[in-house]
Amino acid sequence: MPDAVGLELIAGELRAEFGDDAVVGTSYHREQACVQVDPSKVIRVLGHLRARAEHPYPFLASLHGCDYLPEAPRLGIHYELLNMRTVDRLRVKVRLDVDYPQIESCVELFPSAEFQEREVFDMFGVVFTGHPDLRRILMPEDYEGYPQRRDFPLGGELVIFTHNEPASPGWYR
Amino acid sequence: MSGERPVDGPTLTNDPLGVGYREREESITLTPLERQIAEQRGTGVSQADTALAPETELLTLNIGPHHPATHGVLRLLTTLEGEVVREVKPLVGYVHTGIEKNCEDKSYWKVIPLIERMDYAGYYFNALAYCMAVEKLLGIEVPKRAQYLRVIHTELCRIHSHMLWLGTSALDLGAISMFWYCFRERDNVLDLFEMSSGQRMHTRYIQIGGVAEDVPPGFVEKALWFVRQMPSRVDQFADLLDNNEIFLQRMRGVGVCSQERLLELGVTGPLLRATGNPWDLRKAAPYSSYDDFDFQVPVGTTGDNYDRYRVRLAELYESCKIIEQALEGLTEGPWITDDRKVALPPRHELATSMEALIHHFKLVTEGIRVPAGEVYLPIESPRGELGCFVVSDGSSKPARVHMREPSFINLQALSDMVEGEYIADLIATLAMLDPILGGIDR
Amino acid sequence: MNTPSEQSGQPGPGNTLPNAFHVTQPRTPEEFRARQLRARDMLRGDLEGADLEKFVEEAVVTTTLERALNWARSQTVFPMTFGLACCALEMMSIVSARYDVARFGSEAFRASPRQADLIILSGRVSIKMAPVIRRIYDQMLEPKWVIAMGACSSSGGVFSNYAVVQGADKFLPVDVHVPGCPPRPEALIHGIIKLQHKIKGRPDLGWRERYAADGSEEWPYGRAGAPHDVNLEQLIAERRALGSNGSGSNGLGVNGDARNLPLPEAGDA
Ligand code: SF4
Repeated sequence: MPDAVGLELIAGELRAEFGDDAVVGTSYHREQACVQVDPSKVIRVLGHLRARAEHPYPFLASLHGCDYLPEAPRLGIHYELLNMRTVDRLRVKVRLDVDYPQIESCVELFPSAEFQEREVFDMFGVVFTGHPDLRRILMPEDYEGYPQRRDFPLGGELVIFTHNEPASPGWYR
Repeated sequence: MSGERPVDGPTLTNDPLGVGYREREESITLTPLERQIAEQRGTGVSQADTALAPETELLTLNIGPHHPATHGVLRLLTTLEGEVVREVKPLVGYVHTGIEKNCEDKSYWKVIPLIERMDYAGYYFNALAYCMAVEKLLGIEVPKRAQYLRVIHTELCRIHSHMLWLGTSALDLGAISMFWYCFRERDNVLDLFEMSSGQRMHTRYIQIGGVAEDVPPGFVEKALWFVRQMPSRVDQFADLLDNNEIFLQRMRGVGVCSQERLLELGVTGPLLRATGNPWDLRKAAPYSSYDDFDFQVPVGTTGDNYDRYRVRLAELYESCKIIEQALEGLTEGPWITDDRKVALPPRHELATSMEALIHHFKLVTEGIRVPAGEVYLPIESPRGELGCFVVSDGSSKPARVHMREPSFINLQALSDMVEGEYIADLIATLAMLDPILGGIDR
Repeated sequence: MNTPSEQSGQPGPGNTLPNAFHVTQPRTPEEFRARQLRARDMLRGDLEGADLEKFVEEAVVTTTLERALNWARSQTVFPMTFGLACCALEMMSIVSARYDVARFGSEAFRASPRQADLIILSGRVSIKMAPVIRRIYDQMLEPKWVIAMGACSSSGGVFSNYAVVQGADKFLPVDVHVPGCPPRPEALIHGIIKLQHKIKGRPDLGWRERYAADGSEEWPYGRAGAPHDVNLEQLIAERRALGSNGSGSNGLGVNGDARNLPLPEAGDA
């Protein structure tokens, strides 16, 4: 893991490379380093981190979305990068607005992101431009809505126990 | 052909899925090669002039979702040229259960049983990844005995998962007796699980802060008996399969994929180790006291199906070694943390201590409150890196739980492995890929 | 000419015959030998008079074709190889050596719906899978049966959410529900045996009928306004009477109505 100082060094490097607004913020929490970047620059940042001269992060361990409902840019997408040689993990995070969320696809850089981007599209409705085959992956093709958003109802059914029985007598027949 | 396939995915309109349903269906069922042919036909280019000669007529074959060789409800859309697979597209989601959504509605404790039902062959691993992620958010230490018990149970679960894999994939290849041998060993493992937790599957044994209960008397002896006889069983399995010419011919040199490509595709676990890369989180980033044990990481050389099979068999021996060391080194002591904000107080304290009663009441009615933050915690499951991503907003329910399922990501490598091979090898390769559909679809 | 029950020894839960087969079992080896000799004589044509009568009484069973057919059918239920989720692992282990469902005639798992009689819904049914299952079910030939294995396919189980069909009987007629998450293999075998009883035309009655139960804990039996005003003692007496006057002893019930079947005797099924 890059420690807190290492994280700042990476952030400084990214700022020097892509301008001051490329890095929105950094956080070092529970020994996990996270750098939040600007959505428009994320592909270039990922490309840079992937091919750094020393200490690159060439392996995308995971890509997932998240819905931080009360907060302002609601959606978040996390790229868990990994350097296998030093067993070093870095999380790159972007925040997107919930209206027409759109971000560049990183399938070119990391082919492993293909299914995971489709899943994020399926569950959160984030459109990854440049994705070769952006369709729903888990839900049926004609499903409407993005189930993992927090304002999507959980669904399911009320279970009728025996104590509800007077309200609907004979339901078991 | 009606309509063009959307080139860059759905365009950004009010409704990103606004493309007509029929067209989208066609965009799945018509593979690029077929489309190419259809376009050539449409433009009047005569067949003889094109690279695709008449005898290379393509056939689209749908395998699944209900097909016994797909190990669940996987659907494979294959394009065949004669018997050669030209393209294969996995379509998943047929057991999508919405577990991640359900988790957001439950308190931290109640998530454990749900999350165990994701990858149903390695249920201890799911619970371990989740519990370790929450422990990391809470910043608590797990007692040594609990760590050892976790190692014992997860390694037993690895044996269970590999037995399931070996039995069913040998069945796919026609070796039916392996199924019975492997299920006998699997039942032995399940007996041990039943002894320690009362359930055969989905045991909810691993708890936040430790394990739910100490192992009963007699467990250690029985587990030792099991791991001591297990290596000879694995020898038998290897004898049965390794001298089988049909099995070898269907394994050797089939389904090869280079290490670089696998790394690009994010593949981990035995599939990656079969190509010679010793990436194993138990060694690389030891968690839960794995650095106390002496074991090796088996690797292969060429990365064909045979190497995958050998690597998994060798892992069985290593697992037995780890369990034996852990059972012998099992120290006395508590099996769950004594942090009363996290773990229930022991029963006898309830009668004497008011504070214990209050803690008990708070834990049972409301659950644990976890400080805000987000954590991604990877462990090594039988299929590769299993990462649990937990976001907490400070309340007693997680704001997001996501599993990085190795089977989901490894499945992307299937088309690289089988394109250009025979369709029969597709089944063998899929069996050696060992996908668990519950893990893929969650 | 042995009846099947003579071949399989003591009647157990798996091979009880319908009540019409009232055959006395040979108790001792000598008795068995005597019967064998009688059968030999019969085949030679040496038997006549009282001996012939006795032979017929011992060795010939009269039944209806339909009942014999149902009996045979119930002992050869071919399930379909169809695993959905976690429960599928336990479904697979019923064929394994420890549980060995072959003892009950259901070990031949068929991969094609055309050859299967029974579909075991082993796992959760997602909204994406439900139409597929329905199509597979429609492809199966009559007569066909459905076992919903596990909490998920019976009721949705723990997954009360957007993606899971809350109970497979929303789109399929389910014959037997096996509870558990996952049910033990023994439980599934028990479910298969229950199904065999059902097929044999003696549906094992549901608990409400068996115990003449009405209402629930909160709505005790006999309280005014209960769905049925039935007298428990009277009901039991009626059924006992049906059983004792012989009309019910062949298990056919009255007017073919399953609800009018006699109460099962102790030790039966
Ligand atoms: S009932 Fe339980 S074991 Fe069976 S499919 Fe559902 S969750 Fe899995």
